[in-house]
Amino acid sequence: MLPEQDIKETRVVQALEQTEPGAVLGGKLALGELTLEVPPDRILGVCRALKADQYVRLASVTCVDWYPMEPRFEIVYHLHSIARNERLRLSVRVDSAHPEIDSVHPVWRAADWYEREVFDMFGVRFRNHPNLTRILMPEDWEGNPLRKDYPVHGHKYSYQNE
Amino acid sequence: MSDIATTAAETPAAATGKRTMTLNMGPQHPSTHGVLRVVLELDGEIIEKATADIGYLHTGIEKQCEVRTWQQVVPLTDRVDYLANLSNNLCYCLAVEKLLQMEIPAKAQWMRVMLTEVTRINSHLVWLGTHALDIGAMSMFMYCFREREEILRLFELFSGQRMMTSYFRIGGLALDAPRGWRQAMERFSKLMPERIDEYENLLTNNPIWTIRTKGVGYLHLDDLLDVGVTGPMIRAAGVAWDIRKDEPYSSYEKFDFQVPTRTESDVYARYQVRIQEMRESCKIIRQALDGMPEGPVQADAPHVVLPEREKMKTQMEALIYHFKIVTEGFAVPAGQAYQAIESPRGELGYYVVSDGTNKPYRVHMRTPSFGNLMSIAPMLENRLIADSIASLGSMDFVLGDTDR
Repeated sequence: MLPEQDIKETRVVQALEQTEPGAVLGGKLALGELTLEVPPDRILGVCRALKADQYVRLASVTCVDWYPMEPRFEIVYHLHSIARNERLRLSVRVDSAHPEIDSVHPVWRAADWYEREVFDMFGVRFRNHPNLTRILMPEDWEGNPLRKDYPVHGHKYSYQNE
Repeated sequence: MSDIATTAAETPAAATGKRTMTLNMGPQHPSTHGVLRVVLELDGEIIEKATADIGYLHTGIEKQCEVRTWQQVVPLTDRVDYLANLSNNLCYCLAVEKLLQMEIPAKAQWMRVMLTEVTRINSHLVWLGTHALDIGAMSMFMYCFREREEILRLFELFSGQRMMTSYFRIGGLALDAPRGWRQAMERFSKLMPERIDEYENLLTNNPIWTIRTKGVGYLHLDDLLDVGVTGPMIRAAGVAWDIRKDEPYSSYEKFDFQVPTRTESDVYARYQVRIQEMRESCKIIRQALDGMPEGPVQADAPHVVLPEREKMKTQMEALIYHFKIVTEGFAVPAGQAYQAIESPRGELGYYVVSDGTNKPYRVHMRTPSFGNLMSIAPMLENRLIADSIASLGSMDFVLGDTDR
């Protein structure tokens, strides 16, 4: 991990300091990719500021489960600016006791399905999402399949004896 | 899958006295190209509300990636977008190679470019054939699948498989190119531009085709960007954004090609963009054939790439590496990488997280179909139900790609 100064000198972080002071907790520049760590309560403001800063595209929202570490869930946003040909990754950590974060649907409508997928697969709730329902799994499914404590193999029901 | 009533039934008259009908399109509708269910709220012939219901092809590929070694994930990526297998192979391999900071030999890079362009033509041919079939041009399907058969034979020649190729591996290619590959590719690269002329003769100025597609499925560029659409649909709305040009990977910067764009942003413009893309792909294949470098097709990384058979019989180290790679795989340095490529459908991105072990900690596939399919509601709503088939076809989604 590079020293903190390197991140602070990047253009996007300096622009963010102007509009959203103190929202960047840290981050790193590795393999040519810039990652910024943002506190969960600031995500909506940061995304608004970044969209105004030409990040017109939300490429994806996903989650990494760092079980049994806490805060357990790392929500990852991939942003892209076509005009500047730049990519940016936002990383937000939420704990397993309150896996909840503001939806960025008001900023990009593209967040709709991505956030539903994270809700479906990891059980992270998005506040103010217009339709937070399961998207890939059946609606009566129990559990969140991509959590690390969810088994890969095994069946809840045995079909062999039926 | 959402909680919408499963039976098609008339909703009770609302307080306003307005009556709408709920119609299920799919999941077994032939024009949805897979198992997509769209729930349409109809007011006469106008679609008031369109809700896409996906997940019927969800196979848990991302979860399965977490229990396989890095190299064993490659065959899984074939099954994500089953019409653009090699694009998925490439994207995953590039992401892992980024984490490994591995240098790939020039010949392997050029081979990858050439074969992903063949994949692009393959995918566009299936799109063109089925899209035209939906609209009623039935013979197009036969012509497109005639050329697709040639492409599948090429894939079989290279990898031994017609569809699930797994030909790109972490560190290069699975095998060196087979005997006779150059003649086969030469034949294909000569044949394809003429065949594209044939398709254009059939469709481009065809009055029925133009009436069914011009001005249909229009979406403003801002809407497209906002809902996360990528690829030919964005280029048909006037943005010359192509990841091959803007963030070149696998030595695309060495190739000379155009990024076709249109400004109308309707079904016809998307058709024109994809036809032009096929022509540009032919040009790239031609350049790759003319300038194909010599040399190895696998990186010089003995802990990742399987040793040659001959070396295993004569060298102790090669035998040890072979045993280690086959039994436990190889470790990838801890970190995260996002690699985006221009797949036939748009931005394909693999987000790969490693915790330093021999298995991926997390693989997320940012698939183009998932992003493009989100435009279903703005594209269908307040428009005629008869145009919905053409609009859906112009998105060119693959449900395996959407649901993973």
